[in-house]
Amino acid sequence: MAAPTKTPKAPAKASRWLRRNLVVLAGLATLAYLILPNVVVTVFSFNKPNGRFNYEWQRFSTDAWTDPCGVADLCGSLSLSLEIAFWATLGATVLGTMIAFALARYRFRARSSVSTLLFLPMAMPEVVMAASLATLFLNMGVTFGFWTVLIAHIMFCLSFVVTAVKARVMSMDPRLEQAAQDLYATPLQTFLRVTLPIAAPGIAAGALLAFALSFDDFIITNFNAGSTVTFPMFVWGAAQRGTPVQINVIGTAMFGIAVLCVLVGQLVGGRRKRS
Amino acid sequence: MALTGTRHEPPADAPATAPAARGKLTPYWLLLPGILWLLVFFAAPLVYQASTSVQTGSLEEGFQVTWHLATYWDALTEYYPQFLRSVAYAATATVLCLALGYPLAYLIAFRAGRWRNVLMVLVIAPFFTSFLIRTLAWKTILSDGGPVVSALGALHVLDLTDALGVTEGQRVLATPLAVVCGLTYNFLPFMILPLYTSLERIDPRLHEAAGDLYARPLTTFRKVTFPLSMPGVVAGTLLTFIPATGDYINAELLGSTDQKMIGNVIQSQFLRVLDYPTAAALSFILMAAILAMVTLYIRKSGTEDLV
Repeated sequence: MAAPTKTPKAPAKASRWLRRNLVVLAGLATLAYLILPNVVVTVFSFNKPNGRFNYEWQRFSTDAWTDPCGVADLCGSLSLSLEIAFWATLGATVLGTMIAFALARYRFRARSSVSTLLFLPMAMPEVVMAASLATLFLNMGVTFGFWTVLIAHIMFCLSFVVTAVKARVMSMDPRLEQAAQDLYATPLQTFLRVTLPIAAPGIAAGALLAFALSFDDFIITNFNAGSTVTFPMFVWGAAQRGTPVQINVIGTAMFGIAVLCVLVGQLVGGRRKRS
Repeated sequence: MALTGTRHEPPADAPATAPAARGKLTPYWLLLPGILWLLVFFAAPLVYQASTSVQTGSLEEGFQVTWHLATYWDALTEYYPQFLRSVAYAATATVLCLALGYPLAYLIAFRAGRWRNVLMVLVIAPFFTSFLIRTLAWKTILSDGGPVVSALGALHVLDLTDALGVTEGQRVLATPLAVVCGLTYNFLPFMILPLYTSLERIDPRLHEAAGDLYARPLTTFRKVTFPLSMPGVVAGTLLTFIPATGDYINAELLGSTDQKMIGNVIQSQFLRVLDYPTAAALSFILMAAILAMVTLYIRKSGTEDLV
């Protein structure tokens, strides 16, 4: 036993404290590593760079914040990304929720092959999926653009939605629905007033995930967009041509909105749990 | 089941979760649209790509299936350095993710108390800033005159890493170190979340029990905590390693031509050179290699029921 001495001196005390809190310190260091780029993005959104690139600090300025759409095509690409993410989320959530219910509620013959088919898109490098879908479109003579991107996004978001919704539906107590039916609720009433409200957090989580994945996707969009420019595509191009400060403004705003949404969600969720 | 009464008679062997199992066809109708979508836009393209990989021709004259298997051989002999590099970078990044992610997941699961939710938000929130923007921020952090390079230089760490070939010429950007740093950063949340999920399930009373049996903290960790967190370790490793192997963004933005990974080659073959058979063959080799490694890994780690 390496028990500490009974009257520890200051250094011994410090090393004991260090040993006891090593996990905390290491964990916080990792957290700092995760957050550091976000801090840099925020700080550099107030920069006034000298050249085309915004990698070196020059001097403080709020120009980019007062004129976020001042760069050609930036806000256009942003609204296009939002539009695609909206439809992709809707499509993937509807299709995914249906699949999740089928998997969580029914026993049927093709069950395991369906599960495999759903698992594969999550386990495959994106570049492989991207290239093969683009090969299909190319061979069928489909014009690349909004629709090919949307189709691709629904395809790769689907599995994630299924996973999120399935987890929630599996953990819900089937007796609640049986009770509703025993109280003479019609199947539709049971579904709308019992099943759906209980599954809602899972569906919301799946939808949020799909939105985030679609909005931020670069690799699959890169292969299937043709000359259509989504926001990640714009940033990618900017990395070669010159990075306007407005990119940092958008990045900072996205971070802020996300934190706000999560905090509000936590507050609402916490209050509901208590009541 | 007792609650169902007499109005609905589920078959005796029906799962407890099937109160609405009326029509036998219902699950199929629920599955149909989504599965069709995956078959047409995920599975069929893979088959199509398999056929493309054995075609020859050009964009102008069109491609024909000629069973030209040499494409695979040529791709392999020409691009094996990029393949090896991808696996090496992804494996290093995965190990680093595990080393960095485990303490944080442990901290959130066992030591955070009422800060747990705040820490979770801080882990997930960076996700929402476009990851390309965050990767570009590493250009600033690791830049030649920047604080990281100055500090490492002052501590003579860069002399050592230069000697090891991980960095070059007293700089970090455009070296393997920068690419691995970016990969580790980008895939870290994919390691932390499954780790946290599996750690959170561990009953803290097991720790107390181990302590009562005179196990030191390290022994408790080695014999109780870590084995019980294995599903999270395996899931996190796969979720980090697989996408990291195919990634081409970190190598493109933080590396130079000397750090090109296989994703970069596939991207340029497909989108710039327009040599579709080679791109398809490379994709298939990548897929097969990953599949082989993952199967081996799952066998070794003994959690086959995971997938």
